[in-house]
Amino acid sequence: MTDVTKLTAAELGRKLAAKELSAVEVATAHLDRIDAVEGKVHAFLHVDRDGALKAAKDVDDARAKGETTGPLAGVPIAVKDVITTKGVPTTAGSKILEGWRPPYDATIMTRMREAGLVMLGKTNMDEFAMGSSTEYSAYGPTYNPWDTTRIPGGSGGGSAAAVAAYEAPLAIGTDTGGSIRQPAAVTGTVGAKPTYGGTSRYGLVAFSSSLDTPGPCARTVEDAALLHAIIGGHDPRDSTSIPQPVPDVVAAARLGATGDLSGVRLGLVKEFAGDGAEPGVAAAYRESVDALVKLGAEVVEVSCPSFKFALPAYYLIAPSECSSNLARFDGVRFGLRSGDDGKHSLEEVMQLTREEGFGAEVKRRIILGTYALSAGYYDAYYGQAQKVRTLISRDFAQAFEKADVLVAPTTPFVAFPLGSRTSDPYQMYLADLYTIPSNLYGGPAISVPAGLSEGLPVGLQIMAPTMADDRMYRVAAALESALPPLTPPAL
Amino acid sequence: MSTVTQLSYDEAVARFEPVIGLETHVELGTNTKMFCGCPTEFGAEPNTQVCPVCLGLPGALPVANRAAIEATIRIGLALNCSIAPWGRFARKNYFYPDMPKNFQISQYDEPLCVDGYLDVDVDGELVRIGIERVHLEEDTGKSLHVGGSTGRIHGATESLVDYNRAGIPLVEIVTKPVPGTGARAPQIAKAYVTELRDVIRSLGVSDVRMEQGSMRCDVNTSLNRPGAEWGTRTETKNVNSLRSVERAVRSEIIRQSGVLESGGTITQETRHFHETTGDTTSGRSKETATDYRYFPEPDLVPLAPAAEWIAELKAALPELPRVRRQRQQADWGFSDLDMQSVLNAGAWELIEATVAAGTTAAAARKWWLGELARHANETDTELDALGVSPQAVAELQGLVDAGKINDKLARVVLEGVIAGEGTPAEVVTARGLEVVSDEGALTKAVDEAIAANPDIAAKVRDGKVAAAGALVGAVMKATGGKADAKTVRELVIARLS
Ligand SMILES: [Zn+2]
Repeated sequence: MTDVTKLTAAELGRKLAAKELSAVEVATAHLDRIDAVEGKVHAFLHVDRDGALKAAKDVDDARAKGETTGPLAGVPIAVKDVITTKGVPTTAGSKILEGWRPPYDATIMTRMREAGLVMLGKTNMDEFAMGSSTEYSAYGPTYNPWDTTRIPGGSGGGSAAAVAAYEAPLAIGTDTGGSIRQPAAVTGTVGAKPTYGGTSRYGLVAFSSSLDTPGPCARTVEDAALLHAIIGGHDPRDSTSIPQPVPDVVAAARLGATGDLSGVRLGLVKEFAGDGAEPGVAAAYRESVDALVKLGAEVVEVSCPSFKFALPAYYLIAPSECSSNLARFDGVRFGLRSGDDGKHSLEEVMQLTREEGFGAEVKRRIILGTYALSAGYYDAYYGQAQKVRTLISRDFAQAFEKADVLVAPTTPFVAFPLGSRTSDPYQMYLADLYTIPSNLYGGPAISVPAGLSEGLPVGLQIMAPTMADDRMYRVAAALESALPPLTPPAL
Repeated sequence: MSTVTQLSYDEAVARFEPVIGLETHVELGTNTKMFCGCPTEFGAEPNTQVCPVCLGLPGALPVANRAAIEATIRIGLALNCSIAPWGRFARKNYFYPDMPKNFQISQYDEPLCVDGYLDVDVDGELVRIGIERVHLEEDTGKSLHVGGSTGRIHGATESLVDYNRAGIPLVEIVTKPVPGTGARAPQIAKAYVTELRDVIRSLGVSDVRMEQGSMRCDVNTSLNRPGAEWGTRTETKNVNSLRSVERAVRSEIIRQSGVLESGGTITQETRHFHETTGDTTSGRSKETATDYRYFPEPDLVPLAPAAEWIAELKAALPELPRVRRQRQQADWGFSDLDMQSVLNAGAWELIEATVAAGTTAAAARKWWLGELARHANETDTELDALGVSPQAVAELQGLVDAGKINDKLARVVLEGVIAGEGTPAEVVTARGLEVVSDEGALTKAVDEAIAANPDIAAKVRDGKVAAAGALVGAVMKATGGKADAKTVRELVIARLS
């Protein structure tokens, strides 16, 4: 018998539709897998076994009654713990939200439930999505299934690891500066950051409102596209959501899988052509570009001189917004409350709650952002960073006149050993060097496996213009078809 | 502490020139809150009109209420403002438990409406008050501090918060500084707030009730010696009635003049007005040091009201109060002085409604400025809070006009209406106050009076008509005042000629 957990979401969907498998069987297989490997991976903060089995049974019942169900009905999914799930704990990886059960579902959660996806549980992450290794989770790190002494990337290390370790065929991530793509790259999986506004943020515990974007994590490009199609599209509850339909990403992925890229212009970003990347990463990048050229793609070099300011601009904009977004965590209405012993004033309770509830990296960014927004510094920091953002968008616009998509490595280095960068925030921040420009611009980008370096996965990043998410799926699926699949060693 | 010279108000305004400014908050009467779908009704059980958005739960996002934006633009247009073609909401960051997100969504350097004015009648003279800006923001919740000695946040043993009001749309209207008012500063401040209230009420966007808090006022006051630069201003909060606006400015002028006259300096601070004493006391001076770290609200797209929409709203503005008043004054045939006293008494809209209910303007004015004003004064009540509707006044006058009651009886009927005994007609019936108009009964009473006073009757017969008064009086007495004196007089003379 085939191992159900090794099937892709598309395959599972087909077998479920054909009643070769029941949703309860599929959910049970994955829950058992979680039981078997979680001790080594720690991808989950909360496994909702009962909820998953009930949701699976509902799908089976609906199918038995002949009710129409979608392509992913009955397929399990893991959800990053930054997405609100009604009645199911949501911590954002922080102690300050320990025990909080939201009274409402995020919009993308509602859409997934309506599509029959079966939520297995909530995945580990850097606290409030601030980090690139999942080591800043208040609940302990997640381990990379390729090498459990190494990080799985971050902030969405839990989602990527769950998918890589066959605990779930699909997962939801959120990408503010690379938190979907960089974990995908270092775990040998696929992770897509949709166009900003293409997926609803309603119910995403905000880190940086103008950058946060929920998106799919999967083992194949087609699976990512199938999930993207379900969660994407306009949401009236999110003012920044784009009132246009999502491009047909599934069709684009299937087109790309035919392996024909003739007429597609690949823009190689001069500034990211291996500079600052490990030699093995640079080599894998060149080889994957060669593979795309063999499929018929044309190569053009584009220059994006403002990209070098992306990292500093990001570390002003994201902390500024987070300093305000995280102000609501004060112990008054939900989550942790410290010092509520009748001896402390209300103001002191708020202070103690934040002191105890936030980790060091979160505090670092709140302080940074508070400073950057202060009277007298606003123009020099936040204002200046917004100008950089405009320049970066201009670079993208000019590059997209010459190229259909831009390509670059996803991250400069393969999965690094746990603990090797936690003492130096700047070394940690460099992990997102190549992913941040797309967040500042708002366009979509995907990371797709691009081979190995020293036995560890490398990702190729494909960036597209806003609302042209389909283009990146086509190119990503083509590369996937040209390269041998990556399979992690047995755990 | 040095001694402070205490100046009288007249001395204060003789030695110093006041500059005032007003910031008025108006809660809009939209059906739903500013950024979510929760209802806005007043007086619901605590925390029953809340949702993830207005509670600031993690993950919740605001969506701007179009009706509130429309109302704000209409207020801006009525105040002769320019409407910004593009603008963003901003976050005003500070920690306070009644503010769910610990930031308020407001507007900072890109307000929706700017640079307008409001013409205000002050004793028949037109004073133009410049409007700096009109912007839209969300209201906060309400904290209740239980236990402790002060009822304030410090020392309380328990703090309760009601978030029903959190997120209700709030429009802030800020005037430009108003110099050159001299001794009339308090009066002008009150006239401005009154006119602003009338304008907003005429737009139908808020019930603008200061006592319920749907209209709140902060008053800025500074003093300078004639010819000198403007002084340091204080901001007086908690000014919750029209009368208090006047009193707050007056009291702050007296206080500041005392400090300055003694050689002291004014601290830029927030002060609180106390309704009972009429004084202001220093509030949290810490507040002036707060850095709100404003930045554009990233969860909302910029506001970009289309020019056509603005033009449509402008064309559909109702007749504004000042224009309406001028038209009515002409229609009603009131002199400027008449109109002034009507306005000062707060009787304009009451008279308007009474006329609409079918009474002449003169009669309406007679009641509202006469008997009803006297009663309001005696009981220290506002005219519109007496419990007498314009419809009741119109009905009362209708009874007089129909000869059912006379003026003297009408006053008695009014007392019954004020006492809550019902409509004027009901009071007449219940108290048996209808005039005796039955000719037979009257003739009988006249005959009895003639018979009882043969001497007087003889004089009248002899042509001394003036003597008839005594007989009329006797009849009136006999009928308990319920007869029409003119009719009685006619009957007496007819009988004796
Ligand atoms: Zn609400």
